[in-house]
Amino acid sequence: MAEVRLRVNGADHPLDIQPQVSLLDALREHLGLTGTKKGCDQGACGACTVLADGERINSCLALAVQYEGAEITTIEGIDHPLQAAFVRHDGFQCGYCTSGQICSAVGMLAEHKEGMPSAVTGQGSGSHLSGAEIRERMSGNLCRCGAYNGIVEAIQEVAG
Amino acid sequence: MRTFSYVRAPDVETALRTIATEPNAKFLGGGTNLVDLMRENIERPDVVVDISRLPLTGIDELPGGGVRIGALVRNSSLAAHPLVRTRYPVVSQAVLGGASAQLRNMATVGGNLLQRTRCLYFYDEASACNKREPGSGCSALGGFTRNHGVLGVSDHCIAAHPSDLCVALAALDAEVEVESTRGTRRIPLTEFHHLPGSTPHVETALAPDELVTSVELPAPVTTRSRYRKVRDRASYAFALVSVAAALEVRDDTVTAARLALGGVAPKPWRATEAERVLLGAPATEESFRSAAEAELASATSQDGNDFKIELARRTIVATLRDLLTDRSAA
Ligand SMILES: Cc1cc2nc3c(=O)[nH]c(=O)nc-3n(C[C@H](O)[C@H](O)[C@H](O)COP(=O)(O)OP(=O)(O)OC[C@H]3O[C@@H](n4cnc5c(N)ncnc54)[C@H](O)[C@@H]3O)c2cc1C
Ligand code: SF4
Ligand code: FES
Ligand code: FES
Repeated sequence: MAEVRLRVNGADHPLDIQPQVSLLDALREHLGLTGTKKGCDQGACGACTVLADGERINSCLALAVQYEGAEITTIEGIDHPLQAAFVRHDGFQCGYCTSGQICSAVGMLAEHKEGMPSAVTGQGSGSHLSGAEIRERMSGNLCRCGAYNGIVEAIQEVAG
Repeated sequence: MRTFSYVRAPDVETALRTIATEPNAKFLGGGTNLVDLMRENIERPDVVVDISRLPLTGIDELPGGGVRIGALVRNSSLAAHPLVRTRYPVVSQAVLGGASAQLRNMATVGGNLLQRTRCLYFYDEASACNKREPGSGCSALGGFTRNHGVLGVSDHCIAAHPSDLCVALAALDAEVEVESTRGTRRIPLTEFHHLPGSTPHVETALAPDELVTSVELPAPVTTRSRYRKVRDRASYAFALVSVAAALEVRDDTVTAARLALGGVAPKPWRATEAERVLLGAPATEESFRSAAEAELASATSQDGNDFKIELARRTIVATLRDLLTDRSAA
């Protein structure tokens, strides 16, 4: 067992956990924060996306111990216009991918603001978030219900 | 996942000392490959040495026009860096073409170099795999080979190297700096990864106690460079075939060419045969095709990946054509 202090949604949580426990399992099983979902558990779907110091990561491939000291934000800690936009635009059906989509989109908008290029951005900084930009930047989040059109519209509305 | 003890290294010296004294230890960078492989019971370290907080996160300009990239620079920071985007566009494009934004935020440069194959049989404990279990055989031979290699493969292993970044680094004559308690040495990226031969489990020139500390890129021969990746979906998929290329043309003649291929070989594949054909040749579609033919001449395939040979030729030609027509824009 290792004593790990995780900082999640602004509160400190001392935890006694084994070093092999993922951040995803620590959140869900040890802290009861079940908003973050486990889809594939291998980095291939994005359902487990959370923010670590404001940057989106896949919590299933993160060891909780490694993230000691980082400011973790999960869907339970997010209050963002994207949430209402997802409802308005039918950005989900079953909802399983939705917390990951929203955490990812929050991180994505911040990355874009800071000038992070994407595979579809040309030489410029890609100042406008086109549908193609959003699809590429959000490609790490799969939706088995195929709600992609609504997801893109919701993000586009909030991005302006 | 099997348990292990976790050591967070505050500095390079501690990391090197720990790895030198613990017989079955592994470095942890971003964890995106190691955690996955530990969960699959393929990697079974007793000690995990977390190097993610080591101060090897700089991207610095070198005297002579080159760049030194710290081993702990995250893939996303590398792709976004102005020096990288302007001098080595192929590097930025290769990184942005790989994985997802979440994974790029986690993955480090050192970890990207050392990521292991995505051969499905390597991942499946019930299959024979010489890489996972030396001497057990290779289930890919006669199996599903869409993701496997056609160049540099052997009867013992036909797995392809999965990295996009490494393909760009191979084209640009990158060097890897590694350090252990025994000292520091430099390995050209093209010699960093091994071909399988009869020992597919020996994947790199790195000794178990060595830490990758940085990757150095020499001054670019041209800033006109590009990465083109062909895959089964538009994003978030490994390459079937990819091409990293840099091309300099004067008076319609190729004066410099750098070319490397991904998805087709057990290591990032520097296309030296193609480069030889291109250098001094007229910058035409015919020359590009001859170069591609020359590089793929030694290719061998299975039923499931035969398509890659022609796909690689066409992708080489298309990438060079893009660089040629982009000339005015660059
Ligand atoms: C779903 C998915 C899709 C992906 N798609 C792509 C893709 O399209 N293209 C692509 O290129 N990659 C892709 N990747 C792979 C990804 O790029 C690698 O997993 C990542 O680069 C590894 O970096 P890391 O820092 O997370 O490595 P880790 O997982 O931390 O480490 C990997 C290995 O490197 C060793 N290591 C790490 N750092 C050092 C160092 N400094 N010195 C010595 N040894 C070290 C570790 O001991 C370990 O053996 C994908 C991964 C996933 C999960
Ligand atoms: S191709 Fe290589 S990695 Fe894949 S099963 Fe055969 S030996 Fe293993
Ligand atoms: S559960 Fe983490 S990416 Fe699928
Ligand atoms: S809403 Fe069902 S998976 Fe996306």
